Amino acid sequence: MGLAYLKNVTTLNLNTEKCTGCRICTEVCPHPVLTMKDKKAVIVNKDACMECGACATNCPASAITVRAGVG
Amino acid sequence: MKKNNFCCSSACCKEFEIEENVFVNYGWSEGLTCTPAGKVRIVKAKLELTDKLGAIAVRLGINRNNYKIPPGLYAVGNPLDQSPVLVTANYKLTFDSLRKELSGLNVWILVLDTKGINVWCAAGKGTFGTEELLHRINQVQLQKVISHKTIILPQLGAPGVAAHDITKNTGFRVIYGPVYAADIPRFLNNNLKAEENMRKVRFALKDRLAVIPVEFKYVPKLLPVLFILLFVYNLINPAGIIFAETLYQTAYNLIPYLVAFVLGTVGIAALLPYLPFRSFALKSLFLGFIWAAIVSINSSVFFFPDSSLTAAANILLLSSITTFFGLNFTGSTTYTSLSGVQKETLYTVPAVAIASLIGIGLAITYKISLFIP
Repeated sequence: MGLAYLKNVTTLNLNTEKCTGCRICTEVCPHPVLTMKDKKAVIVNKDACMECGACATNCPASAITVRAGVG
Repeated sequence: MKKNNFCCSSACCKEFEIEENVFVNYGWSEGLTCTPAGKVRIVKAKLELTDKLGAIAVRLGINRNNYKIPPGLYAVGNPLDQSPVLVTANYKLTFDSLRKELSGLNVWILVLDTKGINVWCAAGKGTFGTEELLHRINQVQLQKVISHKTIILPQLGAPGVAAHDITKNTGFRVIYGPVYAADIPRFLNNNLKAEENMRKVRFALKDRLAVIPVEFKYVPKLLPVLFILLFVYNLINPAGIIFAETLYQTAYNLIPYLVAFVLGTVGIAALLPYLPFRSFALKSLFLGFIWAAIVSINSSVFFFPDSSLTAAANILLLSSITTFFGLNFTGSTTYTSLSGVQKETLYTVPAVAIASLIGIGLAITYKISLFIP
């Protein structure tokens, strides 16, 4: 997209230990924030996170937290 | 072609009505079909002039809070028990954006009550949410209408819906479809597999410009007030009151301020990727300051007095207007984060307030100086 917002502000947090590798977070994220590596989700572009909450809401293992607000 | 075998007499269909006013005529509906759960309205997969005019109206902020359709189950084409179910919001612009991509298909549309709000915003608020989806699935008795166990949600509904909770409570499997409705036919054809590019949200020029017109509803409210204030300010001078000339002068004075507003709305939207800085406040300050400087250098063109006090006042006030509205644009994007907007706002609003007060103070100081011999 070429558009980037402020750096180092997002409240996105991923607990790799709790991650079950279901990959739903990588499917619902509307930006290139997450990807799968060695059967676990990893954050590859933290500053691209817009804190929409899709990943956290859909993680069945509660491995992701983010302060999403009302969008 | 297998036809829907359910007849439409009340003897065959259940008495249960899916919505209160099933028999109200909607222009976007082309009849009813019967299902084991009752009558379902068939919707057109083509938009008409009235739909397109309605879209323009809400983009301008007209009727924006009441542009909705009744929630419930709808049909496109001739869907049967094996047909896919697409879930959407009851904002009519959303509903129209979806159905216009479905021509030639046979699908069910499950419309949630998002209080007339689009999918992504409603998902953020929770109205396009787990609770409403559970409620709606039960209310339309979806399990009687379809024989498979899959429902397709728009990807941007994900912030509000916990897919695993839906499955736990209803047995229905949630599949997230593409971000954009235009990709649905390809998605359905591809065994419900979304390509990578179907899962990313855009913010191209036309997307950025589409969200601007709604801000223009402020103009008829603010412009007259600004005119009157400026007119009174201009009227006060030692030479006495010259009414007609002052009206003329005030109109010209307002032009740069109107432009500052346009720069903070249309300008920032159009030039977003090209303006320096990541911060919207700084991007718009950059744009606004350039314009303010141009105005101050050419102040006589806009009938401003030849004074460094008013030049400084104009620079502060014009920059403030562009910056304020540019910051406001963060609420209309597809990529700004809450944390980022909060951080920007915390710095920018006090700065704009102070700059504006100083600007007004300088303008008043200039006016007073006219009366001192």
